[in-house]
Amino acid sequence: MTSDVAVEARNAVKAFGQGDTAVRALDDVSIQIRKGEFFTLLGPSGCGKTTLLRLIAGFETPTSGQILLDGVDITNEPPNKRPVNTVFQSYALFPHLTVAQNIAFGLEMLGRPRAEITSTVERMLALVKLEAMAGRKTSQLSGGQQQRVALARALAPQPKVLLLDEPLSALDYKLRKEMQLELKRLQTETGITFIFVTHDQEEALTMSDRIAVMSAGNIQQIGGPREIYTNPVNRFVASFIGETNFLSGQAGAAGVRLDSGDVIEVEGAAAGVGKVTVVIRPEQVRLAEAGEAGTVPATVESLVYFGTDTHCHLRLKDGTEMVARLQSPASGEAGLQQGQTVGLRFAPGAARVLED
Amino acid sequence: MSTNEDLAERESVRRAWALSAPALIVLTLAAVGPLLIVVIYSFLSPGQYGGIEWKFSLDGWLGVLFERDIFENTLSLADGNLTIFWRSVKLSFITTVLTFLVGFPTAWFIATRSPRSRALWLFLITIPFWTNLLIRTFAINQIIRNEGILNTVLLNLGVISTPIQLTYTDTALLIGMVYVYLPLMVLPLFATIDRFDMRLLEAGYDLYAGRLQVMRRVILPIIRPGIIAGSILVFIPCLGAYVTPRILGGGKNMMIGNFIELQFGQGKNWPLGSALSVTLLVVVTIALLVYVRTISGERKNG
Repeated sequence: MTSDVAVEARNAVKAFGQGDTAVRALDDVSIQIRKGEFFTLLGPSGCGKTTLLRLIAGFETPTSGQILLDGVDITNEPPNKRPVNTVFQSYALFPHLTVAQNIAFGLEMLGRPRAEITSTVERMLALVKLEAMAGRKTSQLSGGQQQRVALARALAPQPKVLLLDEPLSALDYKLRKEMQLELKRLQTETGITFIFVTHDQEEALTMSDRIAVMSAGNIQQIGGPREIYTNPVNRFVASFIGETNFLSGQAGAAGVRLDSGDVIEVEGAAAGVGKVTVVIRPEQVRLAEAGEAGTVPATVESLVYFGTDTHCHLRLKDGTEMVARLQSPASGEAGLQQGQTVGLRFAPGAARVLED
Repeated sequence: MSTNEDLAERESVRRAWALSAPALIVLTLAAVGPLLIVVIYSFLSPGQYGGIEWKFSLDGWLGVLFERDIFENTLSLADGNLTIFWRSVKLSFITTVLTFLVGFPTAWFIATRSPRSRALWLFLITIPFWTNLLIRTFAINQIIRNEGILNTVLLNLGVISTPIQLTYTDTALLIGMVYVYLPLMVLPLFATIDRFDMRLLEAGYDLYAGRLQVMRRVILPIIRPGIIAGSILVFIPCLGAYVTPRILGGGKNMMIGNFIELQFGQGKNWPLGSALSVTLLVVVTIALLVYVRTISGERKNG
């Protein structure tokens, strides 16, 4: 009877507006989020990820479908009756309360005894390392500190599920990196199910146990970070997660004949499928001497230095553009020149086929 | 400090004085001057046909709280004056509370409209200011009198069988004052609600607060400055209201404003009128201090 599912959406539809002009922000989404996992809803803005989060929080009611928490239908429960807390994108800290009072708010509303509230607030302050700030007004804190208060406030009532709505988007790069680790640590320490919404694929890959990639109100793929990155199910997922080269061609017995006329071996390319798209990540492209056996000839168009690696923009015989990401050597020079002809070799098993 | 900096500072001080001079002059002449005259008058004797006689006397001040028996020349507490004071404070307080109860939903409604219709609603709120207060008060009188619209409609609907006697009652006075002072409550409330971050409501609900708790623990504390400003803007003019109680309260249901006017008119007792005016000023100032002190004190403990 008790399963390991924390939150479940069953055929959830959310439409905004009426009649012909109605927009389906969420189009028949079903999803199961397991207990204790760090689950990420990833997608571009307007893909419905925030709408799904708001349905779980209770700020929106689905047009049709159900939301279940621990197997119980909570579709029509108001947000204050759901054992679910949210970390808002804007933090939404109470400006009239101190840091400690903000953290205590949820516990007070639940009518917990004074002593318990005091000790929980202290524990939360320690958890987010803000003991020294307990008496400060939230407006006196930096962005990163406000972020921690928002986290502590949402974690204090020990919710069954913590919802995080792009909480790191307002922070600068370095702070964001720190907070990513911090979030992961908090999730492991508390064991609470985290549902994290973001449009940042890097954030999603580094923190999540599982990721749901969303687009246009639908879920495109659900899987672990590695699975989603190395084995995208469609063109959208492949292009949204990381950089990708798309090469179109015809699948045949020998492999895939690219539009440039070169034939490459691709795993899982069933013979006689017809028109296909080959997906290959830039870091899986190796450069070899021009004319070497089994390589695809290409011309170097330009080189862009990125520090750790160098992006090499290439053009195949038929004009198809590709990018190869090469690790920068110690000297910083890739040893390549613009206009030079090279041979491309793809790491074994790196190329994937998407059916068109 | 170098001479250059000295010079620059002296120059900026001089400029500050020059810039504020017009306001200072107007304030001195228009506010401090008359106030000073009123204070001086309160210590003089009344003239026979109004005005004052330049003879020092404390009778004006005694008259604020006591009345002198003409035959026995003894002092006794002036119940009448105290009643009028108490009535004024009570009615002003009730008016302030009523304008808040009516004004808060109104201000919330306006602040949550789209920017375009918001401008229209604010415009509608300010329209009454275009018409003279006297005329508006007479209009209210027309509505609530026995043969007025209100009673006619209620009679025809069969809600009541005899007209409600509203004119010259405290109820009439309250209706009039709430109507007149409502915009002064709505506007500052709107200004604070407009700045209120509506996402805090979601944060409140998310953290297990019900509707009442969100109101009490989130909305009210944050819009407190607007409540303070609105209450002050309503309470003070209410306390000194003259036209509204005169017309809607009739001659007998006086407030301090009417009582003071009486001393300068029929009563021919300018020193008493002046002393009453100064008393009103002091009472208002003390009430304000206490009010602001309590409210901000609550904030610290809350």
